[in-house]
Amino acid sequence: MNAPLAKTRPELVCPAGTPAAFRTAVEAGADAIYCGFRDETNARNFPGLNFDRSELAQSIRFAHDHGTKVLVAINTFPRAGATALWHKAVADAEDAGADAVILADLGLVAHAAVKHPNLRRHLSVQAAASNPDAIRFWVETFGIRRVVLPRILSVAEIAAINAEITCETEVFVFGGLCVMAEGRCSLSSHATGKSPNMQGVCSPPSHVVYKEEGDDLVAKLGAYTIDRTPKGVAAPYPTLCKGRFTAGTYQGHVFEDPVSLDAAMLIPPLVDAGVTAFKIEGRQRSRAYTQAVVAAFRKAVDDHLAGRPIAADMTRRLAEGQTTTAGAYKKTWR
Amino acid sequence: MTDAPLPRFPRLVDRVLGRLPTLPLDLALRRFITSLADRHPSLFSRLGDQAEKRFLIDPVDVSFGFLLRPDPAMPRLEAIKRDADGTIDAQWDARIAGPLAALVGMVHGALDGDALFFSRDIVIEGDTEAVLGLRNAVDDAELDLAGEVAAMTGPAAGFVAEVIRRAAPVAERLTGVALVRSGGFAP
Repeated sequence: MNAPLAKTRPELVCPAGTPAAFRTAVEAGADAIYCGFRDETNARNFPGLNFDRSELAQSIRFAHDHGTKVLVAINTFPRAGATALWHKAVADAEDAGADAVILADLGLVAHAAVKHPNLRRHLSVQAAASNPDAIRFWVETFGIRRVVLPRILSVAEIAAINAEITCETEVFVFGGLCVMAEGRCSLSSHATGKSPNMQGVCSPPSHVVYKEEGDDLVAKLGAYTIDRTPKGVAAPYPTLCKGRFTAGTYQGHVFEDPVSLDAAMLIPPLVDAGVTAFKIEGRQRSRAYTQAVVAAFRKAVDDHLAGRPIAADMTRRLAEGQTTTAGAYKKTWR
Repeated sequence: MTDAPLPRFPRLVDRVLGRLPTLPLDLALRRFITSLADRHPSLFSRLGDQAEKRFLIDPVDVSFGFLLRPDPAMPRLEAIKRDADGTIDAQWDARIAGPLAALVGMVHGALDGDALFFSRDIVIEGDTEAVLGLRNAVDDAELDLAGEVAAMTGPAAGFVAEVIRRAAPVAERLTGVALVRSGGFAP
């Protein structure tokens, strides 16, 4: 009798917003960590977060000593006249020993391919490459080795894409959801003049104000009141896409509900669909989040590989709105 | 992180603490924040411009709050007693309010600030950018408040650490507040 085929071991890619969170993620079982520099070159440019050059080099040494890879996100779109900042980020990531850079901008990817040919290049979700033709272009033109797929695809669509491309794919399995064409959403820019695409901040905290009015929690973004959360109802992030609005006779969440993605139960079909890496969102979250979510997904992946059932709802308390969804992976509205 | 509800600071203990004069507490807090700045310079440098802001740390189940100005050149931390109507009379740029157990849990890295915000256990007001900066810098510092208290006593640190180590389990049972960071007590 033939032995059963060994299951492919997916890579668990985990977030780190600070050196302490980085160490936490490594110790909780991450296969790879993604992180960014403390400036506008990465899409989580929030106060008190991210790494200076020395912290990154030190963290990479720590990761490599533990057999963990490090992917540096340089995934915003360079401003005209200021491309040197983004070019330097790629060079510094390579010098620090990064295993790969995660890029979104066409020009920056071209620059990295020419100037840093030995540095592995991953395509960020911010590039919104969501079909085989687009992905083949990135792979054939710029030597992209892995594509982070947008959170708008079903498992069947991911399997169809993987059947037609030669590079690895990485998909989100937990964390904040962004249903827009990623890298192209202008809602934050509309309200504040700043966006995740250019400045690395969606709903920049400098433009967010919370106020308690009676039992209600009122959230303002720029000049707009975007939410009023009654007592006993979970509060959302202050993004326009999760705000509550009046449209005709409807009053509520017009774009999307404030929930987090949790695809733990979809690990088996996603592995079968040919996915190489599972990504956890949340570089802006604390060590407590990092430890709990990374450990939960480490266990989920290991349980799958060992043929054990995967436990559900391990991380609901950490989710936005204290609610989770399988998102587009189990699309039923089409 | 657990799904258990957050404990509230016992009223009786709070009443006793609320009757004590704030002067000795203020002197201890002054020494505490200076020692903290010496021991964790990266916490203050990570704050950047936010270090000049005034933060009202408001444990809603305790009779007083704390006004923090984490300026690395002259850090300040003082206790302010709550008025009869429950408010704290102080000028602040940002306010972080919640049960003491939640606030200490965040400092110790046991609880996630965003999750506490989603569940409405904590409330933030004022300068959101400053709050995020402080939250992230404190999270990165991996503080153990009990260890910091011991460290600020200088030559007596070892003795104070031993006293805290013995007293902490009882105090934690009494108050519901995790006074020592899980997995780490390093004066």
